[in-house]
Amino acid sequence: MSDEIRKEDGMIDDPERDEPTGDEGPVEQEQAGGARATPEPPVPPPPASPTASAGVTEPPAPGMNRRDVVKALATVPLVGALGYETIRKYGIEEARSEAIAREVGIELESPAFSEEAISRSSQTIRIGIIGNGGEGESLVRSLGFAHPDWIQDRRTSAAKDPRDRHLQEWLAQQDLNVQITAVCDVFDVRAERAIAASTQPLRPGGDTRTLQPAKRYRHFEDLLASPEVDAVIIATPDHLHATITMAAARAGKHVYCEKCMTRTFEEVFPMADAVRESGIVFQLGHQNRQLESHEKAREVVAKGLLGPLTLVETTTNRNDPWGAWVWDIHPEGNRSTIDWDLFQIAAGNRVPFSLERFFRWRCWYDYGTGLSGDLLSHEFDAVNQILGVGIPKTATASGGIYFFKDGRDVPDVFQAVFEYPYRDLTVVYSATLANGNYRGQKYMGHDATMEVSSGLKVTADGSSTRYQEMLEDGTVSPSRPMLTYQSGYKGLDAVTTATQEYFASRGLMFTYKGGRRISTYYLHLKEWLQAIRDGTPVSCDIEQGVQEAVTCHMATKSFLEGRRVEWDPANRQIV
Amino acid sequence: MAKYPYDPLSHPYSALQVVALVAMRFAIGWHFFYEGLSKITNPYWTSAGYLDASQGFAADWFEWLVTDPGRLAIVDALNQWGLLIIGLLLMLGLFTRTVTILAIVLLALYYIATPPWVGLEYAFPQEGAYIVVNKNLIELLALFVTLLFPTGRMIGLDRLIWWSRNTAPPEPLPAGQHA
Repeated sequence: MSDEIRKEDGMIDDPERDEPTGDEGPVEQEQAGGARATPEPPVPPPPASPTASAGVTEPPAPGMNRRDVVKALATVPLVGALGYETIRKYGIEEARSEAIAREVGIELESPAFSEEAISRSSQTIRIGIIGNGGEGESLVRSLGFAHPDWIQDRRTSAAKDPRDRHLQEWLAQQDLNVQITAVCDVFDVRAERAIAASTQPLRPGGDTRTLQPAKRYRHFEDLLASPEVDAVIIATPDHLHATITMAAARAGKHVYCEKCMTRTFEEVFPMADAVRESGIVFQLGHQNRQLESHEKAREVVAKGLLGPLTLVETTTNRNDPWGAWVWDIHPEGNRSTIDWDLFQIAAGNRVPFSLERFFRWRCWYDYGTGLSGDLLSHEFDAVNQILGVGIPKTATASGGIYFFKDGRDVPDVFQAVFEYPYRDLTVVYSATLANGNYRGQKYMGHDATMEVSSGLKVTADGSSTRYQEMLEDGTVSPSRPMLTYQSGYKGLDAVTTATQEYFASRGLMFTYKGGRRISTYYLHLKEWLQAIRDGTPVSCDIEQGVQEAVTCHMATKSFLEGRRVEWDPANRQIV
Repeated sequence: MAKYPYDPLSHPYSALQVVALVAMRFAIGWHFFYEGLSKITNPYWTSAGYLDASQGFAADWFEWLVTDPGRLAIVDALNQWGLLIIGLLLMLGLFTRTVTILAIVLLALYYIATPPWVGLEYAFPQEGAYIVVNKNLIELLALFVTLLFPTGRMIGLDRLIWWSRNTAPPEPLPAGQHA
């Protein structure tokens, strides 16, 4: 056979080596010899010099014959086979996605994102910050006013880990044309930090104004009376939200209020009525409303792609002390730097000064409602944004203090079940602060399951009625998602802890638009400012807030009283 | 050399050896081509996660590639189009020697980015079980064989290039020159 080949194509005369070089010759020869199937008759050894070798062994090039062309192009038909197979594969995939698209009529590609610039000639909105703790500082920074320490920390962190792009992303935000003119915080250090941030010259969007420092007010009523304040951010502990919001509404100041909207059920409707009557623009601080995947999820549900939806499961898993509200106690915090009496004005109980209670307030019912108001509120708001379920008919909750036995009185493991009989739907919330296993948020319908995080995945159910034919012909399968939405973001997130991952997956830190990572705080604040300027709607208004607060308080009441509670809409009461 | 009874210049391989070598070259080309194509056609594909997971002595350098979006975009494009073009040329047997070397370099980078060495753990799932030797290394070694037992001028477009080079000029070119 080898003789035949040589005879047929003149291969003996063809130097087949691409570029013979002196140093690779011996290896090649040795291996070639070893690999030969049949012994070949010896041939004269080649001359020592490769150049001379080429000169001697190359034929006088008699002209290309047909056999040469055939050999040169021998693999082309096989490349054609690859092309054919590739086209077939893409054809099958294309046909499948077209079939799905026909069936579901939905486009999940991430839309192009362009932000409308805010004109410098627009009204400059003067903001007062009430409560400049961790959350307050994040919100002020998202408006474009970072504390110098934060900028320094970001630079140090980025020098160590170049994936930390927080500073660049922050600087890439737009100039929102606002000014921090006032601050009220019962802790001197935090008030001073807001003042420092208000004049900090490095700001996003090329904002180079020289600004006056924010004025500090000891009491929020004084801040609300100031003519130099158009709108306030209320980022105090939950027990102060209603009191301050109602005062702000009376003073005609627009409000961005952190969640949970109130600490108690009794505060919900007085606060809501005050906001409605005043006509101020109210935005509740569920920044995950800005998550692009939530909009897509809404569309999926609205088109009925999940079929009859009977169960929603939503979860919180965090596993570090910070995630369980064991926050740092500031070394300068003491009786003289903290106005404890003002802090307690709307608290459940007045108690002697306590640094733990001041700095880790979420651990006590006197100031908040634990998991219910902190994280169930976000999860419920996401479900409410996607499904528009509103207040449930009944709530049953249970849990306990099972891990952080540090003197807190709120549970660290908490489950709540909400029934919506008029929608044939149960919503289950399940949380632990002592395990970081990611569980996500699932919408379970007869025809498909939807998983929502910063992305979106819809998978047909094996027993679906709607997709029965498509399941049979293999167009869809329970083993692969039939629709996915991904952010299109190709960078890396410098997310390190379970708590941070939880925040990121729920859009509590950022969303992705047009492949760009953008802070959801920034987008949520921007929406609020836009509404103040031109009356456009906000996404988490007082009606959404009432539904959030009542639902959370139903769970809290059920847990505390150890019984199922029911919503009485006629009398606006939890019974 | 002189003692050896076999001269690959005038005495190439048996037909079966040619078939085996070309098949190996072609299969590797096929694999490269489709790896490239599947990355090009997936709008969400990026090398970021893979590079960020890098371990071993070069981990810092691979992670550095990821940290800048512009740099990452270049790395992604080089990967996507590099794989596709190398794959196509290996299949066709065009510029075989050069693309074989490029393919070896690329596989060496993949290997040292995530070497399956004892003591290194990876978060991303492996589709097989490897210790020191993985499929990247085997493909690299197969290409090394392809490099030393070249077939581009037997079965491949390099044959045409060789032919035109060796017929067009009045004097044969030194063999060291190559397209």
